Amino acid sequence: MEILITDKQLDEVLEDVFDVYGYDFKSYAKASMHRRINRLIAIDKFPSFTEFRYRIRTDKNYFHRFVEEITVNVTEMFRDPAFFTALRTEVLPAIATKPFIRIWHAGCSTGEEVYSTAILLKEANMLHKTLIYATDLNPDVVEKAKSGIFQLDRMKQYSENYIASGGKADFSSYYTAKYDRVIFNEELKKRMIFATHNLVSDGSFNEFQLILCRNVLIYFDKDLQQKVFDLFDKSLDSLGFLALGTKETLRFSPFIGRFRQLDKMKIWRKIS
Amino acid sequence: MAQDQLNSKIVVIGGSAGSLEALLDLLPALRVDLDIPIVIVMHRKTAPGSPLVDVLAIKSSLPVCEVEEKEPVKNGHIYIAPADYHLLFEADHTFSLDVSEKVNYSRPSIDVAFESAAEVYSDGLTGILLSGANADGTHGLKVIGELGGVTIAQDPDTAEISYMPEHAINNHVVHHIMNVQQLAVYINSL
Repeated sequence: MEILITDKQLDEVLEDVFDVYGYDFKSYAKASMHRRINRLIAIDKFPSFTEFRYRIRTDKNYFHRFVEEITVNVTEMFRDPAFFTALRTEVLPAIATKPFIRIWHAGCSTGEEVYSTAILLKEANMLHKTLIYATDLNPDVVEKAKSGIFQLDRMKQYSENYIASGGKADFSSYYTAKYDRVIFNEELKKRMIFATHNLVSDGSFNEFQLILCRNVLIYFDKDLQQKVFDLFDKSLDSLGFLALGTKETLRFSPFIGRFRQLDKMKIWRKIS
Repeated sequence: MAQDQLNSKIVVIGGSAGSLEALLDLLPALRVDLDIPIVIVMHRKTAPGSPLVDVLAIKSSLPVCEVEEKEPVKNGHIYIAPADYHLLFEADHTFSLDVSEKVNYSRPSIDVAFESAAEVYSDGLTGILLSGANADGTHGLKVIGELGGVTIAQDPDTAEISYMPEHAINNHVVHHIMNVQQLAVYINSL
């Protein structure tokens, strides 16, 4: 029978991680954490929970693996094409009149959506006056995002998503392929700023016209979700937009009165 | 916390190819005053605005809805796992969603939902595996059994595609084999 950790053991590991490394995962939704840690213990063939716990406490390199494995970094370009259509047709035109635009991708993971947004901006002729701030708590994925290098075999799917989202250009014109990888154009990367930022512990660092945070909040418990909504509220321009994942909502937040939801989309506009 | 305020019993149903037919027969046969939650995890296309919820709602006198994240698991409701997310259960009997890697080529994966439900509901859980062409669900049923729950497979002779329930049966993780009518009687008696 495989090892399934108890709630108490989960709390112990998360407490250790906070004590030793300063990363606070204690307000993450427990069910997903349970599953990720059970999975990691199985993959890495730990004979017992105690040995797993000891390894994390004492081996910094293993801790990096822990962060990599328990945070979910599954993403794709133009994921949910309908969302990117709404971004293209409703959000970008509304912020286009600004002389200078700041966009924040919070929890950007390996950057697929950051490049998607940059492509939309380029096609709306707004990229030259926009800065996209892309942050994640995990420095390793931030480095990957920064490189602009992705697997060639994903491009077929991404190109289909791009077309489904209303893209009219030749998707392959945005990158150069080499062996089994592609590198995205410097023109796109030039307008991106990558940094580590932890939504649990770090504060607001600028004012944005658009904040995208998709499929990040599902991993947080309700209290932490509220805290992050507060951070976004503080970081949004007076008529700024907040974009969440398909199954995430601002509905239960005390800030909902200050936002108006775009028709059927998980995009809210600040109205006061 | 008052433990008795949380639902202690739950039915989680996993299905893949051919399971819609079984559900369309099963849901109308459930009693209107059923006082437990039913959660359905079905492999399906990720296209937005999928009509699955509507199709099942027409057949059911109990409310049918797609799961929202952090929503409480309520008795007398039929919940459908959203496409392209894994479905998990929190200890306080709320739902969580997760977009991590596919399991058995599937998201939602039946194994993931079964295992998570087993950890929370242990012997209050009944896991039911319907028709399908995939091995998903077998490992989940094993965990349900190990943690004290009841495991049921649709009778492969009555399943559109027998592979999935058969796979579980052949792996000795199934307590009962039932056709859809027997499933309805069983659930109605919970």
